[in-house]
Amino acid sequence: MDFPFISTILLTPILAILLLFFIPPTSKKAIKLVAAIAMLISFLLTIYVYINYDSSAGGMQFVEKIPWISDLGVSYAVGIDGISLPMLFLTDIIGLASVFSSWNINKRPKEFFILLLLLIAGVTGTFIALDLFIFLLFYELVVIPIYIMVIVWGSTKRVSKEYAGMKLTIYLLIGSAFMLVGIVALYLQAFPPGMRTFDIATLSSAHLYGTLSIQFQIIVFFLMLLGFGTLISMFPFHTWSPDGYAGAPTAVSMIHAGVLKKIGGYGLIRLGLLILPAGAKFWAPLIIILGLANVIYAAYVAIVQKDLKYVVGYSSVSHMGYVLLGFAALNTISLSGAVANMVAHGIMSALFFAMIGYVYEKTHMRSVDQLHGLAHQMPKIATGFMLAGMSSVGLPGLIGFIPEYTIFVGLFAQYPILAIIAVSGIVFTAIYILRVLQKVLFGPRDSSFDRYDDAKGAELVPLFLLGTILILFGLFPQLLMAPINSGISPLGPFLERLSAAPSLLFTLGGI
Amino acid sequence: MEHFALTNTWLIPLLPAIAFVLIGLFFKRWAAISAFIAVLASAVSFILSTFAAFAVLNSGISVDAPFIQRVTWAEIAGLHFEMGALIDPLSVMMLFVVSLVSLLVQIYSIGYMQGNKSFGRFFAYLSLFSASMLGLNIAINFVQMYIFWELVGLCSYLLIGFYYQRIAAREAAKKAFITTRIGDFGLLIGILLLQTVFGTVDFLELKQILPLYIASYGTSTLTVIGILLFIGPIGKSGQFPLHVWLPDAMEGPAPVSALIHAATMVVAGVYLVARAYFLFASVPALLELIAWVGAFTAFFGASIALSQREIKRILAYSTISQLGYMMLALGVGSLTASLFHLFTHAFFKSLLFLCAGAVMHAMSEEADIFKMGGLRKKIPLVFAAMTVGVLAISGIPPFAGFFSKDEILSAALSVSTPMYLLATLTAFMTAFYMSRLLFVVFFGEETKAKLHNISYFMQVPLVILAILSFGSGLWGYICDFGYWIRFGAPLEEHMNLSIAILSTLLPLLAFALTWNIYVRKRWSADYIANKLGILYTVSFHKYYIDEFYALLCRIFIDGIGKIMYFIDIYIIDGIVNAVSGLVLFLSILLGKLQTGQTQRYAAAFFCGVVILLLCGILYFNTISGIVAGGGAL
Amino acid sequence: MTIGITHFLIISAALFCIGLYGILIKRNLFSILMCIELMLNAVNINLVAFNHFLPTPNLSGQLMVLFSITVAAAEVAVGLALIFRVYRDFQTVNIDKLNSMKG
Repeated sequence: MDFPFISTILLTPILAILLLFFIPPTSKKAIKLVAAIAMLISFLLTIYVYINYDSSAGGMQFVEKIPWISDLGVSYAVGIDGISLPMLFLTDIIGLASVFSSWNINKRPKEFFILLLLLIAGVTGTFIALDLFIFLLFYELVVIPIYIMVIVWGSTKRVSKEYAGMKLTIYLLIGSAFMLVGIVALYLQAFPPGMRTFDIATLSSAHLYGTLSIQFQIIVFFLMLLGFGTLISMFPFHTWSPDGYAGAPTAVSMIHAGVLKKIGGYGLIRLGLLILPAGAKFWAPLIIILGLANVIYAAYVAIVQKDLKYVVGYSSVSHMGYVLLGFAALNTISLSGAVANMVAHGIMSALFFAMIGYVYEKTHMRSVDQLHGLAHQMPKIATGFMLAGMSSVGLPGLIGFIPEYTIFVGLFAQYPILAIIAVSGIVFTAIYILRVLQKVLFGPRDSSFDRYDDAKGAELVPLFLLGTILILFGLFPQLLMAPINSGISPLGPFLERLSAAPSLLFTLGGI
Repeated sequence: MEHFALTNTWLIPLLPAIAFVLIGLFFKRWAAISAFIAVLASAVSFILSTFAAFAVLNSGISVDAPFIQRVTWAEIAGLHFEMGALIDPLSVMMLFVVSLVSLLVQIYSIGYMQGNKSFGRFFAYLSLFSASMLGLNIAINFVQMYIFWELVGLCSYLLIGFYYQRIAAREAAKKAFITTRIGDFGLLIGILLLQTVFGTVDFLELKQILPLYIASYGTSTLTVIGILLFIGPIGKSGQFPLHVWLPDAMEGPAPVSALIHAATMVVAGVYLVARAYFLFASVPALLELIAWVGAFTAFFGASIALSQREIKRILAYSTISQLGYMMLALGVGSLTASLFHLFTHAFFKSLLFLCAGAVMHAMSEEADIFKMGGLRKKIPLVFAAMTVGVLAISGIPPFAGFFSKDEILSAALSVSTPMYLLATLTAFMTAFYMSRLLFVVFFGEETKAKLHNISYFMQVPLVILAILSFGSGLWGYICDFGYWIRFGAPLEEHMNLSIAILSTLLPLLAFALTWNIYVRKRWSADYIANKLGILYTVSFHKYYIDEFYALLCRIFIDGIGKIMYFIDIYIIDGIVNAVSGLVLFLSILLGKLQTGQTQRYAAAFFCGVVILLLCGILYFNTISGIVAGGGAL
Repeated sequence: MTIGITHFLIISAALFCIGLYGILIKRNLFSILMCIELMLNAVNINLVAFNHFLPTPNLSGQLMVLFSITVAAAEVAVGLALIFRVYRDFQTVNIDKLNSMKG
């Protein structure tokens, strides 16, 4: 058997956690180094896998499978395909960046990095799992460290960190409870006793055998939509996200906005669409409407925000609207765009939160009203802000453009009028991003900020890593689109067949 | 060399891009090295552009048979992104103009920006701009054009806000970006519609498909697409009603105004319409729309320029007005006239801006023309250059503007008399405000201020541009501009004598007027302003459009935003918090039952057992069943 | 009059009820512990009685009672120790005062 790359990527952070248990809490350097090295190994392996993934062949590669609970049909199965590979890459690059962005954590660093690595391992696990049981296991695993980290290392502004942490946790748990019901029902319904399995690929073929009636699919997909929709902050289940990010420490905001939210979109495609196609088709019009609400409504709310984290929080809600739109247009182009947009948004929001984290760490200010002219004192941080902001605006040459454009093309084919409304989001995005950046970065030099340094040393790592990817994937989008295409384009005939399936009461015909 | 230049046109935008990366990453701190790299890259770009232009002239390449290179940029199932170079007379003309002006402006900037702390950054941005603009010029499809279109917008944003410590510059940059973004919104939707309807955005493919499509489906979809596409140029080229950003953009350094906001970027809109002319020309209604927008903008811009006091603002409104001319020409069906004017305008308008920059530089950044005066003797070279520029823009033969403007006027006359009259009136006003500028700044009472001297770096470009402003019109006329750059069959060049005479006499009349008002002071300017009353006030306040937009913005952006936020935290979150409150309330209520008295719990337990037993015995008979089953359990 | 199983059951039930009554009424932890012992013994009586009246007597009932008594002894020991601890901490064995479980 080949070297188990995927498992190594998953297990390296967990091994590091075990190692961290034996390091005394006082040796802070060692703790950080262990975390950083572990994430670096994971990241390098991910790059190796990314490069060696054969996009022309497509399909699941690097598969590892070990039977676990054979009575229930559970096995430890991991692997990647064109959809999960970019997600895995996203997880590890943001994981690495978040470790460096927390370099100055002084309060209980040991516990912090243990939880952070646990969180990263959990997220990694959900993306690489080929078994629904393993997926759920890791999915539930991630909520716990987040809660603790928000409560202990978070910050209190408009809402207290306890409120924020609680809200985030409860939202996600309630969402996942609905989803759990759906998944158990699916498990029981898909195959007769004795043949039952949690294998995602096998479950994806269940609808072909007719065991999943259309009605059943509609109900179970709705339950999943509640779960994944909450996670991807679909309107009106989005309010946990800005509050949560505002309360959370930098690293958690980065991972949460950058990667964790994407589990929602990933789950909708991998579990929702592939296992329950008729359900996805039925609810697509509703998702379109809600996604549109995300895009416009959240952008409007972002315009009037004063706290930087809230701006980026609502901005991420708005961008997730594009992902939902791309998903619900249900054609290969829009789905590719949705996956690509998840990556693009992950990178830029992580960079955004890292920069906000630095500014907050140095000045203890986050409000647009208090900060001004930071480009004088912190030119490097300002560069990071501009990069993230401009790709958020969808500037060509940065990572944000091609995914958005792709989604729009896909959406236009299905719902031209709604697509026009969605495109208007680019104007609103420009308004809120520029207003904030202008105010915070530019303007007269304020000498009271002179005592704050620019980012330096390890702090520059996130800026460098994420900034490089922003530009690299922006200039050479094929690096990103090739694997995604290999994952999505085989769905073409499948989606073709699906277009005849019934849809929600109103079909939004032609608009 | 010609062949090399033709087949390697991608180098032309790439070189400044490399310069940008080098300066931005490594040499920002060293002014001399930055400037050297930037100028070198621009110079090589210019040389390559020139050779490419010669190659086009010498080979069989024409607007109907362009030379194309393309590569795949990104590809997914059903969607194909291509980049490439489309070389035809139109694009090499643009390459030539853009690379030449940007080279001259960069040389000028060495003198102008001397001693600035952010010298390197300035050259990095300028290089990035050149790269993007040159990339836009060789675009082979709408997406590539949109990409570079956005990038030049970014550069414009960065350069307007170059003095980022100034709040006015910062706000102007933001305004420019957002206003043009509104235009881009229309453009993007237009492109998406093209992609959806035709499955391609490639200029040449569309050009081939279009006649067939019109034959079978008519022009209604095309009209919509055309209007949407045209919104982009309205934003970028400062056409009414999205012109508001351009005057504010003058917060940037003068070379930026010359390069970006006069000669190159703002004409990108004109270029786009020209590039997609096959589409616009197929729907007469679209052309009429373009013509009216252009004609109105031309008049509108000029009418504001009449009363402005800041030197660069006057020029900015003049640019708006001239861009209107170009649009008008496109609208009345004369692509040649429009691009001819674009060609000459690039030279004389950048000349004017650079002169304005030199004047302001000498006057320690003073912008109000009425605080200047009598500079004629102190900076004679700038005066001479400025005079050439003013004569060129006013359309005095044989200066450049005369030829191009004349073609526009005759094209307009052949389509619609009202448009012609509007354009002629604009020409008169143009001469008026330009001569006002010239006379007020260079004649009259001498200013007491001590002037900074103007370095050779600044003088040389002025001279070159002055020569071009003088000769480019004649040159184009002789070299048969219209043979190369045209839409459809080549047009015979002819000069309409009556138009030519009228359009020469009117500016002269305007000169006489301003001479009498501002130099001789026979008539008081204030008196005239008072007499005009409301007209003057409206013009001075730019028709209150900025105020109107600010109001709209407050209502429809901030107002709705606040309402949405209210909904978010008080209704959506309100419901959530209410649910959690309800749970909390219930738990408090039920908590009251927990007295902490163990005996009560025990009593409750006992009662519960009894009740359960009773239930079992009376209703379900399970107890008896269990008892009967005995040990079997 | 022969003494049948009913008599035993009545006695045991009475004993159980007295114990239960004591548990619910008494305030002193020691009394409550003693009442618990009463209830336990009621059960023991039941076990022995049922064993006696089995058609084919064996000693499993008695055996069970022996176990039960042993466990009860241990329970008393632990219970007393707990009460002692409670007294040390709260300075009282009055169960009304021990309401820190109040919700």
